[in-house]
Amino acid sequence: MEFRTVLVRIGAYLLVPVLFLVLWGVIDRQLNNEVILPGVGQVAALFLQPTESLIAMGSLATNVAISLVRVLAGYLLAVCLAIPLGILMGYYGTAHRLLNGFLALFRPIPPLAWVPLVLAWFGVASLASMFGVEEGTAYLYLNNLKLSMVFIIFIGAFYPVLTSAIHGVMGVRSTLLDSARVLGAGEWDIFRKILLPAASPSIVNGMRIGLGVAWMCLVSAEMLPGSISGVGYLITHAYTLARTDIVIAGMISIGIVGAVLDLFFRLIEDRKFVWTRLTR
Amino acid sequence: MTSGPILRIEGLSKTFRTNNGGALEALAEASFDVSENDFVCIVGPSGCGKSTLLRMIAGLESISSGRIGYRENPVLRPQKEIGMVFQEYSLLPWRTVLDNVALGPEFGGAPRAEREAKAMEYLRLVGMANFSGAFPHELSGGMRQRVAIVRALANDPDVLLMDEPFGALDAHTRILLQKELLRVWENYRKTILFVTHGVDEAIYLADRILVMSARPGRILEIFDVDTERPRDRAHPAYGQLAERILSILEREAAFSATGTNG
Repeated sequence: MEFRTVLVRIGAYLLVPVLFLVLWGVIDRQLNNEVILPGVGQVAALFLQPTESLIAMGSLATNVAISLVRVLAGYLLAVCLAIPLGILMGYYGTAHRLLNGFLALFRPIPPLAWVPLVLAWFGVASLASMFGVEEGTAYLYLNNLKLSMVFIIFIGAFYPVLTSAIHGVMGVRSTLLDSARVLGAGEWDIFRKILLPAASPSIVNGMRIGLGVAWMCLVSAEMLPGSISGVGYLITHAYTLARTDIVIAGMISIGIVGAVLDLFFRLIEDRKFVWTRLTR
Repeated sequence: MTSGPILRIEGLSKTFRTNNGGALEALAEASFDVSENDFVCIVGPSGCGKSTLLRMIAGLESISSGRIGYRENPVLRPQKEIGMVFQEYSLLPWRTVLDNVALGPEFGGAPRAEREAKAMEYLRLVGMANFSGAFPHELSGGMRQRVAIVRALANDPDVLLMDEPFGALDAHTRILLQKELLRVWENYRKTILFVTHGVDEAIYLADRILVMSARPGRILEIFDVDTERPRDRAHPAYGQLAERILSILEREAAFSATGTNG
């Protein structure tokens, strides 16, 4: 590509964000109230020192990392359960009839609505208390993974992955299944070598959406009692101290991490599933 | 070795239940034998249940009544001795040509080196060895069907069922693949049951031609084709046979147009 076209492209990506920052700066100057709207520079300063401790809660980077681990824990649990279940439900009509009506009842419930019940069930129990770890570094890490948070994130990620797995399997062309059967495929071969790869573009798309939802459930999960860390908690705690600059920095970090994770999935889709676009 | 037929179809019927609770009779009381190493073609008007018949022999479709015997044993489910080639694109799009052809031995538990060697051997047979690393979407329609055919052959079937395998190809490619199929068949001498709606294709390929009626499909007539291969499409006997079969099919089409199923 020509150098000029590259410049024009980069410019196109940056144009709206830059305009936004300018607008922010202008309004900030008009308002002149750092609680309602802190300055661009004030927020940028927080990002320039991401490892600096903030409001006695550890650094921005640490809190983002803690949140990421929490999201991944709930998310992985959801993926491990939703993919096999979705493949089964997509393939066996009986499994679909048995489970779909039941699962459809829970689908519309926002993850946040589970909070009171989840608190009654798990309270402030963490993976550390579950596994009986009471000291050392393992305790520090595991104690940050509260069961209630993992559950909320799990609920958020579960349905997109499940639905995409069901639809992915249902969309597998019957000729592929028939030809595999005629070649002597057993049920396990059908699952592993036909259904899973054939449905994987749809499943990965569902995983991408699921991770987005899981990430969005984070703030509500980290507002639960027993939480003393994480970006979600950092935001709510900063709010009580009227540190709007930290609130905004936290929000921007959530946005950036979510966008990077999304990009990661898009790259996988582009590389691995070329055949979906080229197969008629 | 018994000299009995390799396939024996007796009073085979198939009734589908339609969505509104009705019953659709696709195949009625079909009976015929196929002897070992025979090349049998089935022709019939569209929707006469010839594909259903083939799918039942493959074990992919349940039997409503009657019996299918493969070497005296009833066929109830797919088995590796009975292979099948489909009309539509049946290759796994995420696998290379080689991995597609190796699929049968892979299901059979053959180690990688062995199944790949076997797949290469069969790809060479149809001149596709250079494409072993290609993906199905990179191939033309004719190449895909070549791969689909050798994929079925690489599983060492006893009987090969072919459901309009050249139906979606252009006329030139179709004639090319017919020739190639005969060459492969003469080398490997599998028993082939080949469904087509092309009378010309049937006469060019088959030892015997079964002509089916309009729905519900019955076997109307069986023709033996004795002429030497490769057959000359310009030969008078070729044209005469085509004329006879076409006139039966024409009568059937007229019948089905005035019949109850419209």
